Amino acid sequence: MPLVFTKTADIVLGRIVVGCVLSAGLIVSGLYYYGHPLYTRVGYAPIQPVRFSHEQHAGRLGMSCLYCHTGVEQSSTAKIPPTQTCMNCHQAIKATSVQLETVRASWTSGAAIPWERVHRTPDYVYFNHAVHVRRGIGCVSCHGKVNEMPVVVHDKPLSMGWCLDCHRHPEEYLRPPDEATNFHWQPPEARTQIEEGRILQAKSRIKATESCTGCHR
Amino acid sequence: MRWVFLGIALLTSIVVSILGTRGTVNGRRPLMLFPDMNAQPRYDPQGPSAFFADGRVMRTPPSGTVPFGGSDYECDAGSPRQNPDFLQADDAYYRGKQGASWVSKNPVKLDIELLRRGRERYDIHCAVCHGATGTGAGVMTKFGMVGVASITDDLHKLMSDGEYFNVITNGKGRMMPYAPQVSVRDRWAIVAYIRALMRSQSGRPSDIPEALRGELKR
Ligand code: HEC
Ligand code: HEC
Ligand code: HEC
Ligand code: HEC
Ligand code: HEC
Ligand code: HEC
Repeated sequence: MPLVFTKTADIVLGRIVVGCVLSAGLIVSGLYYYGHPLYTRVGYAPIQPVRFSHEQHAGRLGMSCLYCHTGVEQSSTAKIPPTQTCMNCHQAIKATSVQLETVRASWTSGAAIPWERVHRTPDYVYFNHAVHVRRGIGCVSCHGKVNEMPVVVHDKPLSMGWCLDCHRHPEEYLRPPDEATNFHWQPPEARTQIEEGRILQAKSRIKATESCTGCHR
Repeated sequence: MRWVFLGIALLTSIVVSILGTRGTVNGRRPLMLFPDMNAQPRYDPQGPSAFFADGRVMRTPPSGTVPFGGSDYECDAGSPRQNPDFLQADDAYYRGKQGASWVSKNPVKLDIELLRRGRERYDIHCAVCHGATGTGAGVMTKFGMVGVASITDDLHKLMSDGEYFNVITNGKGRMMPYAPQVSVRDRWAIVAYIRALMRSQSGRPSDIPEALRGELKR
């Protein structure tokens, strides 16, 4: 009876197994690497209709976030400012700048400036800014260093795991509520962030929800 | 075998060079792998609308709409409470007017909480132009915001509280109305704080409580 498998069969089989394991491993790690919100979302910075710079307005000019994002303390949405807010200053400052052409056109015509949305949670998620900001979570914990961004960049993954990480250990991020928009806040020198967070958590009895109905209502 | 390794290495480097690494700044709209119920057919605040002619979801009342003095969801079940913000009937509180003249006294009860709130709101909305002490030397004056008034000098001490309220609500001259940004109560808080700023500028060491005088620096 002739041999079914030649002498080289062992080697070929071995190579096939090694090749399959290797490519399967690479495909899985590739999917994990490229399917994760850290890849799909973080770094997203769409081209905006006006080259508005937070680094200039909130950073160098020292404007408070609340001058423009007036809803952030009272409502679920932070609100992108209306054109009138820009015109408070830009009817006098840089009144003829080309970069502000769109803003002036919107002011005279009454049409909205079509800002591109950067952060977006799915519609089945209930998110609310006021509950976070009023309890002492700073903008920087969820949006990164906006005061240093010439263009707003999606800085955090905004995935469910990310929300829950903080809801389980809010003390790592808590600060006094009136410092929420302060990007230079540091815990007092005698204490670390965790110690300071624990004190604040005990003081305002903070218990962030972990139940599904808290965020999916 | 060498070819298998080489092939895999080549494929990996092609994928990595096309897709890049995590966190690089890009303009690609985030990918939705399973778009099941991510975008539901509903209107979100400040969203776009294909239905309305101006393309906006958020509507303004048609011109000529008359406020209605009803109650809203502020009410408890069974005992509806009027919401004064609907009718805005109280001229003194909502417009700073009493008959034809400005109200002279702040209609909100003055306490330290109101002043704190006023300072916070003043620093957010007014200090960029009028400066932290109200002398009209805010940061914007260095960038071409000309003619910013000093609001704490002797001339302005004569303005009544209602007049201040009116300037914030409706603007004046080159200053735009701040009613869309500052709520009615906050406007009164700011007025109260401006009065405190005026007072502080004619302050003397003897105004400071005995216990705190040591902290005074030259
Ligand atoms: C002068 C007004 C102004 C100030 C002050 C300001 N913003 Fe903004 N912000 C805007 C405008 C206009 C946009 C929309 C355009 C854009 O995304 O760049 C925006 C967008 C954003 C976005 C992205 C929104 C999205 O689409 O997801 C974030 C986050 C944000 N701002 C945070 C902040 C924070 C934090 C501060 C305080 C440091 C701040 N802003 C101060 C005007 C302002
Ligand atoms: C409190 C005043 C203030 C407000 C409100 C404000 N800006 Fe500005 N903006 C400035 C100042 C000051 C500069 C810097 C001018 C300079 O560098 O000479 C500036 C610069 C700019 C520039 C760059 C213009 C150029 O030619 O270099 C753009 C674009 C701009 N702002 C857009 C906006 C938009 C959009 C809004 C509304 C969301 C807005 N600004 C609201 C004060 C303001
Ligand atoms: C707990 C995390 C968290 C904090 C703290 C937070 N944000 Fe947000 N922000 C989000 C999320 C999540 C979204 C996307 C919301 C959505 O899809 O409705 C968002 C969206 C926004 C937007 C655009 C959409 C909108 O709601 O109008 C702006 C502007 C914004 N944030 C500004 C701010 C500012 C300013 C602060 C600080 C005062 C702040 N945020 C604090 C998580 C946060
Ligand atoms: C950096 C910390 C942090 C992050 C990130 C965060 N949260 Fe929270 N969240 C809190 C804290 C603190 C509270 C307040 C708990 C309290 O009031 O006791 C809270 C409260 C809430 C509440 C109100 C719960 C209730 O009791 O009704 C909701 C809803 C919520 N968070 C949703 C979200 C969602 C959705 C995300 C992700 C997009 C998120 N949070 C991300 C810290 C965080
Ligand atoms: C702190 C807020 C929070 C809590 C609590 C929470 N979720 Fe979520 N959930 C989210 C957010 C935010 C997303 C959207 C994630 C994304 O878009 O990457 C989400 C997404 C999901 C999805 C859809 C995933 C997908 O990509 O299709 C499911 C299913 C889900 N959650 C189930 C649950 C269940 C079950 C619980 C209770 C054990 C729960 N969630 C509790 C915030 C929360
Ligand atoms: C964008 C810069 C800017 C901001 C912000 C601003 N103002 Fe003004 N304000 C002006 C200018 C300019 C004038 C001078 C108007 C004129 O007489 O043409 C003025 C005038 C005034 C006057 C009237 C002075 C008079 O002689 O009658 C008062 C009162 C006043 N501002 C109060 C405020 C208060 C309160 C705030 C905060 C809610 C504020 N302003 C925010 C620019 C500003």
